[in-house]
Amino acid sequence: MKENLQNVIVVLSGILFGFGLGLSQMIDRDRVLGFLDLMGDWDPTLVFVLGGAVGVTLITFRFILPRPHPFLAERFELPTRRDIDGRLLMGAAIFGIGWGIAGYCPGPGIVALVLGLANPVIFMGALIGGSLACRWYLKQGRN
Amino acid sequence: MLTDVPWVSALVGGGLIGLSATLLLGFNGRIAGISGMVNGVLTGAAGERWRWLFLLGMVIGGALYEYGWASEGTPRGEFAPWMMMVGGFLVGFGTRLGNGCTSGHGVCGLGRLSLRSLVAVLVFMATAIATVGMMRHVLGL
Repeated sequence: MKENLQNVIVVLSGILFGFGLGLSQMIDRDRVLGFLDLMGDWDPTLVFVLGGAVGVTLITFRFILPRPHPFLAERFELPTRRDIDGRLLMGAAIFGIGWGIAGYCPGPGIVALVLGLANPVIFMGALIGGSLACRWYLKQGRN
Repeated sequence: MLTDVPWVSALVGGGLIGLSATLLLGFNGRIAGISGMVNGVLTGAAGERWRWLFLLGMVIGGALYEYGWASEGTPRGEFAPWMMMVGGFLVGFGTRLGNGCTSGHGVCGLGRLSLRSLVAVLVFMATAIATVGMMRHVLGL
């Protein structure tokens, strides 16, 4: 029963996330690139997307995180690492370069698949390739 | 309609993304990080089934917007296969290496007041802005 309710929450929050990315025009890559083009004709619209999203989580997370556990689960599954290491910096830097080239980050790349265009399909294929390449690279480092 | 004003729809859309992250954390105790969802489903493990459901929900939500709500469809843009291949590969590699993207580090990490996520957001915003500047104003692409 609890697992079914959890699944309902997952699908519902997925729908809200996807609808939100559409409504906020994050799936329009020209709009995203216009927002990242600080050195050119800057389009500030997407400031409101991050502002709206973080504005909500900054408030709601203050009430959620002090609770002993989530409503439908035993515990919160949160990232535990707090250190700022080279891997974090390098990863974020590479991600930003890719975002600047493609105009999609992972969420909008997935949602843009509904547009029926070739761009998001190629983007997601390459994203999966890059993710698997990184997994292989990290495995090499451990041997 | 008010949501036809770009900054209003951006703000409301952002708010819905924040609400989504709130529900997922408040009820299920999970972080709405999309690159983590993709990496999770790629492992194919049984415990990752919920991540498939979330991604499915995202596609349904996107279709509801595009074909049910939007008065004008999302602009089609130019076909850019090389940018998709190179950009997509770097996004996939970088988000796994750095453990997160705009949603995990941005929407959720900043909401958790994580310094690690704040640093990641500043770095990827800076390199994204530098990349677009370089491509548009130096290379003229």
